[in-house]
Amino acid sequence: MTKPESASKPLQIGVSVPRADGWSKITGRERYAADYYGPDFLWAGVKRADMSHALLRELDVEAAKAVPGVTAVLTHRDVKGSNRQGVVFKNQPVLVDKKVRRRGDALALVLAENREVLSTALKAVHVRLEPLPPVFSVEEATMEGAPKVHEEHPTGNILAELTVSKGNGKDGIDECTAVVEAEFELPRQEHAYMETEAGWAYLEHDGRLVIVASTQSPFRDRSEVAEALGIDIGKVRITAPYLGGGFGGKDGCTVQSLLGLAAMHSHGRPVKMWWDREESFLAGVKRLSGRVRYRVGTNKDGCLHALQCELDLDNGPYEHLGGEVLALAVEHAGGPYRIPHVWIHGRCVYTNNPAGGPFRGFGAPQVVAGLEQVVDMLADRLNMDPVLFRMRNAVIRGDRNPVGVTLTQSTGLLECLEQVTRHPLWTERREWKRRAGAFKKRGVGVACTTHGAGYGPIIPDFAQALIKLTPEGRITVTCGVPDMGQGNAATFVQIAGHLLNQSADRLDLVLPDTDHTLPSCSSAASRTTYTYARALTGAAELLKKRILEQASLLMMAPSPDEFRLLPGMVRHLPSGKDLPLAMVARTMSPSQRECTYHWRAPVCREPVRMESVSTVFGMPHLLFSYAAHLACVEVDELTGRVQVLKYLAATDAGSVINPQLYEQQVQGGIVQGLGYGLYEDYVVDRGEGQTPDFATYILPTSMDVPDMESLRVETFEETGPFGLKGVGEICINAPLPAVANALADAAGVRISRIPMTPERVLDALSRIQSEKTS
Amino acid sequence: MNIRFVLNGKPLTVETPPDRRVIDLLREDLGLAGTKECCGSGECGACTILVDGDSRLSCLMTAAQLEGRRILTIEGAEEDPRLRTIQEAFVEWGAVQCGYCMPGMVLASAALLSRTPNPSREQIREGLSGNLCRCTGYQKIVDAVEQAAALLFRGHQ
Repeated sequence: MTKPESASKPLQIGVSVPRADGWSKITGRERYAADYYGPDFLWAGVKRADMSHALLRELDVEAAKAVPGVTAVLTHRDVKGSNRQGVVFKNQPVLVDKKVRRRGDALALVLAENREVLSTALKAVHVRLEPLPPVFSVEEATMEGAPKVHEEHPTGNILAELTVSKGNGKDGIDECTAVVEAEFELPRQEHAYMETEAGWAYLEHDGRLVIVASTQSPFRDRSEVAEALGIDIGKVRITAPYLGGGFGGKDGCTVQSLLGLAAMHSHGRPVKMWWDREESFLAGVKRLSGRVRYRVGTNKDGCLHALQCELDLDNGPYEHLGGEVLALAVEHAGGPYRIPHVWIHGRCVYTNNPAGGPFRGFGAPQVVAGLEQVVDMLADRLNMDPVLFRMRNAVIRGDRNPVGVTLTQSTGLLECLEQVTRHPLWTERREWKRRAGAFKKRGVGVACTTHGAGYGPIIPDFAQALIKLTPEGRITVTCGVPDMGQGNAATFVQIAGHLLNQSADRLDLVLPDTDHTLPSCSSAASRTTYTYARALTGAAELLKKRILEQASLLMMAPSPDEFRLLPGMVRHLPSGKDLPLAMVARTMSPSQRECTYHWRAPVCREPVRMESVSTVFGMPHLLFSYAAHLACVEVDELTGRVQVLKYLAATDAGSVINPQLYEQQVQGGIVQGLGYGLYEDYVVDRGEGQTPDFATYILPTSMDVPDMESLRVETFEETGPFGLKGVGEICINAPLPAVANALADAAGVRISRIPMTPERVLDALSRIQSEKTS
Repeated sequence: MNIRFVLNGKPLTVETPPDRRVIDLLREDLGLAGTKECCGSGECGACTILVDGDSRLSCLMTAAQLEGRRILTIEGAEEDPRLRTIQEAFVEWGAVQCGYCMPGMVLASAALLSRTPNPSREQIREGLSGNLCRCTGYQKIVDAVEQAAALLFRGHQ
């Protein structure tokens, strides 16, 4: 474990510093979007559909309006804008106007004096739906003549379809001397952030709409809300307090437009909306479920020669970046390996199942789950050590990756693998495995992964920083990118302190606010700190230059180079005289004391050989992080339970600003990945969720996960601030296959349907047992 | 009805329906939003409070159950040297990420350390297994409780 440095010295990078948001959160003082109440607050709630696909025939709100304590009941007729939300194709209604496309679609919005009244009134909304034939799987949705989820979508139920080829494409597999095939089915994963979707909104006296929401993307939300509700964008303000978790599930509108609509009909009263856990599970987005089929082969030298991958993702009914999730999955389907001949085909399909959307990993966990198992199976076929097999095929800088893009940036996979091979968990694995108790088997598995950072070549990926020196001599960092818990806000404070040589107690932070922070892209895509910190560095360096110039004018010194910034002061080095920073600040004009900087991330300009039914926004990437993970598991032969006892991750995410926060990301990502592999499954039967709460949807607890070791491979990424790359997502891709490979090592079984529950493991164990005896 | 109890060291009488959920009483009526609601069904531990020193889930309690009890919420924690030690350890050892589970986690840790003053890592994991965290993977929480226990246990001897 990493103990942080003292907080009273000037902040530095490269060392563990306690998070700037730590104390306010641990004392319960930090106010999340869910934490606001007031005597005149109204509660807003949503009447939701109980069918998966249906025409809205009748919506009678009179009885609900008549419930004492109800102040308004709103329907699509009250929405004056486009009534559509979404990122690429805006096709989710704020309130259903014609058709229900999944269980949980929003039909009416009720405003009430309190939650009891709200609950009564929601039940009193009368709805008549006329069922339509639904599509509940990729197969059903893509059959000839299948009912369409969106009649107007030009490619039917295909939201996105993409084929990438390299070298001899599909034919490469015929040239291989050894080929392994496998197919895996991946579950829906629920974000299960601790703070469910929440916020509050009000109209200011001049009619401006203010929304406080738990959101990863306040600036994009502002556009979406304005368009959906028909308001001038200049009349919408969105602020994002610290989120109680996001993980991708709050990258897009949840409560925002509903709250905006409510506030427009609340007669000046603030309105609060807070989904409970079941509503969050019902209406929130999930990691897309899917099926992935691999055929991967080697040549006579034992090198990877060809890869075929077919991937189907179930998007659910609405566009929440599903096409971009598919693109990232396709881009990552060949992993971090040198493979000359590649053919990858992916489809992302509209269905009437629960809505899919972004979730940490963004398509990569689905493919890495399959690929890394197939790689292990190939190594086994060749009788090769699985780590040496990966090292033989691992990309290095300058190689072309599986989609044919040249890796021009830092590429540290080999170093990650080398760290794993040197670690006692690997070198002493045979001895450790032998120590398994009665009816237990132990195994050790490895998996590699890479993860692209940023939005790809088309969508501008930028951040704008604004840093201020106050007349009191304090530094204010204003930041338009939310902190969903990953600690980017604290990292920005640390970086500003480092650059301006100030201590933590002299720095203040302004959280995202579309009125008071500069437009920046969302907190997502392993790019939040990478992009914003570059902008912040530019702004802070400019401010430092201005402060030192002003000091040199005040002291009538010949050059600003004679000065040094210290906590709360500026020192004239030749004379040893100190000027209070506040004094320097008060001699500067307000505009001099504010510095801004805009930075747009570089993108990959290399073409990828692909065919697609629509524009592909999300790939290829320029910048990749890398990791090698190792899991030590024990399987109980009597119950089928798989326990992860030890875990190791070696990660190349470039330089590290704060080792403690870096470990937080790695450890948290591993545990979400273990949950994905072993426990978590949002089960859906004919469009209806069967695991609606924490009693039925199983999250890892402190008892279910091991202590983890995180090793840093600090390549220096020259495009990154101080050499860093993204670490937010790379950690979630590999745990599932590392555990699966360890299970195969322990017991010789592979579970094709994820998660690897005790029932499925026990079933597989009994199958090989009966094969042996027959 | 009138319900009398001690809240964060101060005697208090509140007029409230006896079946009002304690979490709503705290957050909405008394303005103590440090107690978090996450599942509303007793599965996650985010709404943990201390009732006569034992950890209890405020989403499953009704106001009437507070009668005559001593209640500690996260807002009262800083005044208690033991709890403050735990809080400092959580921050110092990097246990805080999104932070939403943290008030419950701190109070559950305090109850754990009352029952088991010098716990092993396994005992800490077991003692906190009713408190879900989605960010941290629990390891740094266990580190923090271990450190807090060491400080408090040494201070005790």
